[in-house]
Amino acid sequence: MTRLLTLAALALAGVSGSAAAQLTGAGATFPYPIYNKWFSDYAAKTKVEINYQSIGSGGGIKQIQEQTVDFGATDGPMSESEMSKAKGGPIMHFPTVLGADVIIYNVPGITKSLKLTGPTIADIFLGKITKWNDTRIATLNPGQNLPNTDILVVHRSDGSGTTYVFTDYLATISPEWEKTVGRAKEVKWPTGLGAKGNEGVSGQVKQTPGSIGYTELAYARQNSLAFAHVQNSSGNFVEPTIASITAAAAGAKLPPTTDYRVSIVNASGKGAYPIASFTWLLIYRNQADAAKGKTLKDFLKWAYTTGEKSAAALDYAPLPGDMTKRLIARLDSIKTP
Amino acid sequence: MTTDGSAASVSAAAAPDRTDGRSLAARIVGSSVGDRIYIAAITGFALCVPLLLALIFYEVAVAGWPAFREFGFGFLTSSNWDPVHRQYGAASAIFGTMVTSIIALVIATPLALGVAVFLSDYAPSWLRQPVGFLVDLLAAIPSVVYGLWGIFVLIPVLRANVMPFLRDTLGLGATPFFRGPAYGPSMLAAGVILAVMVLPYISAVSREVLLAVPRSQREAALALGATRWEMIQKAVLPYARSGIIGGVILGLGRALGETMAVTMLIGNRHDISASLFAPGYTMASLIANEFSEATDDLHLSALMAVGLTLLVLALIVNGIARWLVWRVARKAGGTP
Repeated sequence: MTRLLTLAALALAGVSGSAAAQLTGAGATFPYPIYNKWFSDYAAKTKVEINYQSIGSGGGIKQIQEQTVDFGATDGPMSESEMSKAKGGPIMHFPTVLGADVIIYNVPGITKSLKLTGPTIADIFLGKITKWNDTRIATLNPGQNLPNTDILVVHRSDGSGTTYVFTDYLATISPEWEKTVGRAKEVKWPTGLGAKGNEGVSGQVKQTPGSIGYTELAYARQNSLAFAHVQNSSGNFVEPTIASITAAAAGAKLPPTTDYRVSIVNASGKGAYPIASFTWLLIYRNQADAAKGKTLKDFLKWAYTTGEKSAAALDYAPLPGDMTKRLIARLDSIKTP
Repeated sequence: MTTDGSAASVSAAAAPDRTDGRSLAARIVGSSVGDRIYIAAITGFALCVPLLLALIFYEVAVAGWPAFREFGFGFLTSSNWDPVHRQYGAASAIFGTMVTSIIALVIATPLALGVAVFLSDYAPSWLRQPVGFLVDLLAAIPSVVYGLWGIFVLIPVLRANVMPFLRDTLGLGATPFFRGPAYGPSMLAAGVILAVMVLPYISAVSREVLLAVPRSQREAALALGATRWEMIQKAVLPYARSGIIGGVILGLGRALGETMAVTMLIGNRHDISASLFAPGYTMASLIANEFSEATDDLHLSALMAVGLTLLVLALIVNGIARWLVWRVARKAGGTP
């Protein structure tokens, strides 16, 4: 009996082990759905198991600094001080897909999407515009029947890359926001309620008439929330769509030596959506383990060629074509022993 | 089995004599060495618990110390929580924790006592078990589920019906406690959900204590001509008072530390406001919201300092409760 059990245990052990390296990663919650799909598609193709824990961008940065995971993921780029704390040397940022913050609102009685400019949004979130029928909103939306109700601002109570992108945009277009509030994953909001997670903000806005908030495009679409057309740097009011978000990355005009730790908010380009951002994978330039390093490079090459095609179906904007080509070439900079 | 015989056998076994002819097992089982090992093991297990508490205290205090060093006592009195400019003050969280817990107790204690009195003295015996079971089941519902119920059911009801009723119909809007716009997420909403979560604890303890009041107490009061309610009020409740207070403190302990349901309903705003309709913050939800994304050392230390404050608050509350119970028990023991 014991011999049978031992044989069974050995057989199971033999089946579960695999020759290719297993990878572990941790980080941002925003790209979790698309990473999940990529990892399962890649495992079906190559039998490489990649395990990802969506504990948040801050957690991903901490884990890759401590080298407890093979790669990290973040919605906000690492700062210089965070990079200096990385125990394994220099970290490279590889953007994977694009996300966008959309301005969701719940205003009963209006028929078309609201048009808002950056300074107007900043004033609303600063608490300076308090009623929906304020002249500053009304002049942008002629013909809309805006009610005389208070604006209830809803923001994130937890720290998040979504907040980072939104405050980055507001700090870029509003000097007052940059001075008083700043850009970070967690800020001191001048006004409004905090809700936990993108789902919290979406739920709160959906339930409360007269409220306004910000969330990722996927959440807004899935909850059938109305979202605003935001004016971009060329003066056009752009609706957040997959195409307009990809146009933001294309319009960013990054130099060839960029390390991709860049913000693409308020990007130039006629059709660019102004509140867009990359989400990145964090990988050490000098890989300690040859097999894992090679697996990482192979996976990223697959992601940039095949993976990007499944992004749009999940409401993520793929990177522009020429950018993926440059990123594939940049993979050669990852050194394995 | 005389006293002399057992004393003799004990003194014989106490001598560490290897050549007394008994087997090893018999020696360990019967000897005081075995007793000593047993006592040492039991004492070790018992000391583990306060040791663990001391360790938690120590770790949290060490991690939170930089924030106290940076901000001093102002950490507890300032409500300016600004991660970008590296200013941290936990006053709004402390205020919110205490206010929501007090609201929860004010709502839950009469209800729980009512349930307990009903089940112990008024309910027919076939009803006691099912109703008691259902009330205890409230304690088994996870906190997140309470939060979801709060968002989808409680807050709309509060916003549309209860808050306007309190503010306008009852005219309480004239007082500073029920002023301002009724958004829904507020300290009142958090207090109500905490009351529901805390009710089974108070009710379970009170029910046990009331059932433990001896029949002689009840029968004596009835014999003296008291009505049923007078019997409960004058003979049963005073007898059970210290136990009920203990149950209330147990509920308070749960209310102080409750995280998920509160953070979904309180509005998460760093404000100290007299109005119950206003959003607020609690210490537990502050830590839960910000801990995973905090990378700055001072930010992490500030969150640990908030945790330390919560620990100390819980200890103080429990200390006051123990003192109250001791005082009541002493007074009760002194009455003829």
